[in-house]
Amino acid sequence: MTAPYGKAGAGLGAVSAVVVVLLLMPFWLTQFQLFLLVRVAILALFAMGFNLLFGYGGLLSFGHAAFYSAGAYTAGLILKAYPSLLVGVAGGVAMAALLGFGVGFFSVRHIDVYFSMLTLAFGMFVYSIVWKWDAVTGGDNGLIGVPRAPLAMIGFKHGLNMMPIERYYEFTVVLSVVVVWALYRLVRSPFGLMLQGIRENAERVEFAGVPMRRYRLAAFIISAAVAGLAGSLVGPLENTVGPDTAHWATSAEPLLAALLGGAASFGGPLVGAFLIVGIRELVERYTQYWLLAMGGVMLVLVLGFRGGVTGTVLALARRVAPGRRGGEAAR
Amino acid sequence: MVQNLLFQGLVGLTGAMYLWLIAAGLTLIFGVLRVLNFAHGSLYMLGAYFALSASLWMHQGFWPALAVAAVGVGVLGVLLEVVFVRPIYRLAIAYQLLLTFAFVLIFNDAVKMVWGPLYQAPPMPAGLGGSVVVLGRPYPVYNLFILLAGVVVAAALWLVFDLTPWGRAVRAAASDREMAAALGVNVPRLFSQVFGVGAGLAGLGGALTVPMQTVSPGMGENVVVDAFVVVVIGGLGNLWGAFVGALLVGLLQAYGTLFVPVFDLALAFIVMAAVLIWRPAGLFGRSG
Repeated sequence: MTAPYGKAGAGLGAVSAVVVVLLLMPFWLTQFQLFLLVRVAILALFAMGFNLLFGYGGLLSFGHAAFYSAGAYTAGLILKAYPSLLVGVAGGVAMAALLGFGVGFFSVRHIDVYFSMLTLAFGMFVYSIVWKWDAVTGGDNGLIGVPRAPLAMIGFKHGLNMMPIERYYEFTVVLSVVVVWALYRLVRSPFGLMLQGIRENAERVEFAGVPMRRYRLAAFIISAAVAGLAGSLVGPLENTVGPDTAHWATSAEPLLAALLGGAASFGGPLVGAFLIVGIRELVERYTQYWLLAMGGVMLVLVLGFRGGVTGTVLALARRVAPGRRGGEAAR
Repeated sequence: MVQNLLFQGLVGLTGAMYLWLIAAGLTLIFGVLRVLNFAHGSLYMLGAYFALSASLWMHQGFWPALAVAAVGVGVLGVLLEVVFVRPIYRLAIAYQLLLTFAFVLIFNDAVKMVWGPLYQAPPMPAGLGGSVVVLGRPYPVYNLFILLAGVVVAAALWLVFDLTPWGRAVRAAASDREMAAALGVNVPRLFSQVFGVGAGLAGLGGALTVPMQTVSPGMGENVVVDAFVVVVIGGLGNLWGAFVGALLVGLLQAYGTLFVPVFDLALAFIVMAAVLIWRPAGLFGRSG
């Protein structure tokens, strides 16, 4: 965290290199592989937003599907009425943030199990609305025929055509990189440090005169907005948005990604998202029982590797090269 | 009109007893072990499948099937506790939720492998089929039986926990593990037993629903969320709170269908959120 500027410059270079490689992917990969990478990006965004609350704030939300779904449905409805990708995504983010404010306002007063339960309750509340409000959400069927609308761009009269998966992939990559960079800055800002301080010792931080709830609420809203962003990207990719986006099993996905990758490190959820989509794809080729495999992986993680993949790798690296800074060990 | 309302109250009470049978084990496990068991719905589902198999494959009657389900799931619960849950008592609650969630996924697919993905409807037990006229309307006899079963289970739990030495030891361990251990209670063994009893209750609850609804993979998922709501309203870990919570949610759902059909699913969650905001520890919970 106290890296000198030269190191930061090297980091920027590395990030640019990664972005360039990511943007070159359409030359090597098949359309289906690009489709999967968009899925990785969506889950990664969802999980990183979630982890702002979980890994950095110490708050386990079990209702994040509500924000994901709110983003997905809002974007889907907008896109069906007004085909502009940016407007749809912006609408989804705004709706999720608004909902996040409402839910967060009540939830952040509580911690531990009660926070989890309260978010679960609000999440299921949203699920039941999505399920029952046929006229708007399409009920059981969900929204069908969400278009991959063009992206408004200066110099293009009709906007950039997003129909080819290559274009949509590039759009997702650029958007994700910007958001991940913003989140990275955020967790290293005074705000992010304060959030971690609250996680470690809430009493002490509050005693120092910090309005703890306001920090938690702000983190909650940002986290919800990022979940909404992830959700709003689903409709244009799959052309449908179903009620299962709001189900509590969806809320478990970012948690799984965060823990699989390692919730204690910034990039952990990204690694986790990649692994989940990859494992699922592989397992589903051989058997329909992919949940069984996922459950097995979770068991092993919880019982043996609580730092996740990044935590384990960093611990190994520390052993090989002692003295170097690594991620913090699993709690 | 009055008769209608009373009848709907009966429907609500029946729903409440279904909820209570599941919530009892969940709140028992949390109250003693401090573990929030997400897999409780899966144990409930397994209870239903065990009962189904006992009646379809082994050609057992209704009562032996109930016993098979309760004991079978109870034993499974003990195994789960000893092998998997025991190592994680000291960890953050997130890991407990995650571990038990892993079992939700595993059992869901395991059930599909063993019993297939289809819905199955077993026969109604002899003597409990048909319906009687209550308050001028026909009502299934089986639902009246469930009302009775809920009360019997409540009474049995009260007897066990308030009057037996085992129950006293459980209550002692629930309020202070170290002290109970120092006084000679074998706390790890007690925890396994309590997990087994809680799981057995879930199995029994699942088996009892078998004649009234189709059995399918995933039947436990919605149930566990309903049970969470009940348990949280009553106060996590409080048995009588769960009973009252079940009554509240059951009646609410019954009258909700009558008056606000669009919101009937959401009503319970609204009440839960309201309770948590007003009394964070639930209606009967200790603060903390």
